[in-house]
Amino acid sequence: MSEENLTLAEVHEVADPMRVIQEKLRACMQCGTCTGSCANSFAMDYTPRQLWRMVQLGLTDELFNSKTFSLCSSCYYCTLRCPRGLPLTETIHALKQLAVAKGIAEKKGARFYQTFLDTVRRYGRVREMELMARYFMIMKSPMLPLSFTPLGMRLMIKGKVSPEMPKFFGPGKMDAIFRKVKELEASS
Amino acid sequence: MKYFYYSGCSLEGTALEYNISTQAVMQALGIELIELEDWTCCGASAAETLSELLSMVLPARNLALAARMDQDCDFLIPCSACYLNLRKVDEHLGSDEGLLEKINEVLNEEELSYQGGIKSRHLLDVLATDIGPEMIKAKVKRELSGLRIAPYYGCQALRPYGGYDDPEQPSCMEPLIEALGAEVHPWRMGAKCCGAGLMTTKKEVAIELTSALLKAAKGADCIATVCPMCQMNLDSYQKQVSKTGGENLSISVLYLPQLIGMAFGLGEEDLKLGLNMAYTDSLKAKLAEYRVGITHQ
Ligand code: SF4
Ligand code: SF4
Repeated sequence: MSEENLTLAEVHEVADPMRVIQEKLRACMQCGTCTGSCANSFAMDYTPRQLWRMVQLGLTDELFNSKTFSLCSSCYYCTLRCPRGLPLTETIHALKQLAVAKGIAEKKGARFYQTFLDTVRRYGRVREMELMARYFMIMKSPMLPLSFTPLGMRLMIKGKVSPEMPKFFGPGKMDAIFRKVKELEASS
Repeated sequence: MKYFYYSGCSLEGTALEYNISTQAVMQALGIELIELEDWTCCGASAAETLSELLSMVLPARNLALAARMDQDCDFLIPCSACYLNLRKVDEHLGSDEGLLEKINEVLNEEELSYQGGIKSRHLLDVLATDIGPEMIKAKVKRELSGLRIAPYYGCQALRPYGGYDDPEQPSCMEPLIEALGAEVHPWRMGAKCCGAGLMTTKKEVAIELTSALLKAAKGADCIATVCPMCQMNLDSYQKQVSKTGGENLSISVLYLPQLIGMAFGLGEEDLKLGLNMAYTDSLKAKLAEYRVGITHQ
């Protein structure tokens, strides 16, 4: 694809993902409605409103060091209430993707999601107990399973999940789909 | 009435009782559920944090399975996260020109394709809008009178895609609860967040949110939920929340179709009440009273 013949859509596609996010937030007028609507802002180091400002100003280091986006529970209150109609929760997801791509995502959260998706790739569906077992192994954190113990044990007692050990290797049901997604994303 | 039925992963595991009671209630109402044999995970909240395209392709694969079945009906989805993901595909097709083409380029790997246009509906929407309190009332065999239920909607059944209820002050569960002969617990917490996935990644924060909900539910006999994540967060950490808060906050958290099924006179096996973690003795005793006099079909 030569530079001169790009259509508008293609320009959008090859743009720096941070620029795309900045573009989406350009209309933010810093009214703070999003922060006031966020149930988790009490635990954040920067409020959602401050986060958008950092995006606008291109303060990427501060941005990706902040705990704000890993504290978003996707409740969509900010998206619902923003007077400018900005897609805020989706923007948080886009920032999370960028953090993972840059290898700066918070380890615990990112690994959990990676483990989750690898289970999907392998089986097509997620068996919850197996997901937890794999996650504990990958994190190699002896303390982590303890924080899940009440839930995991009770699930097992209730017979909801089987305590089988996970299989790590072998081809997956969704390999072709995952491969193609990767290929398309690499070329865009 | 018939629907494609997308149960999703949680309903095969931790939320098995939601799956079984939904199917039992739909059967009692004479509604046909068409299972998609080869359905796969919708991506949950994991795909969207790692890849935009994957977060579209995973739900779209299920829509594509339905598209080739030559049946003209909507999806019925009990899990709020699955509902959001499946519905998101069509919501984005309108505004993102190249998206459908990209999705199909990937789905082509499995010789599937999707052209858009299949409606994804939450179970609550179907119960409140298509079925409605009248039709439910007509099937009630034993009113749940004296039972006070706190209607809990959570987030993603209502936001960002709703359209069937107010996204901040929802009320569509109330006439359904009243149709069962039960009483609605008056509270304003029905649309507040339970902490969702933060329970796995930032537990302290999620616990704050669930404890606010459990406190506001005091005075109710149980909480009715329509989402496996909400049920799990409200149900599984009650001991811890009670301990931190210094007061007993234990309460039964049942799925709405379990309560509807109770009033329909369905059996324990059809509703799997024993699978809910917090199924308090006081509620058990109350429900046992209602069961007296119900003759089984
Ligand atoms: S509510 Fe919207 S306009 Fe107001 S600060 Fe938040 S993002 Fe900006
Ligand atoms: S979607 Fe995330 S950032 Fe927005 S209000 Fe909810 S928790 Fe806060």
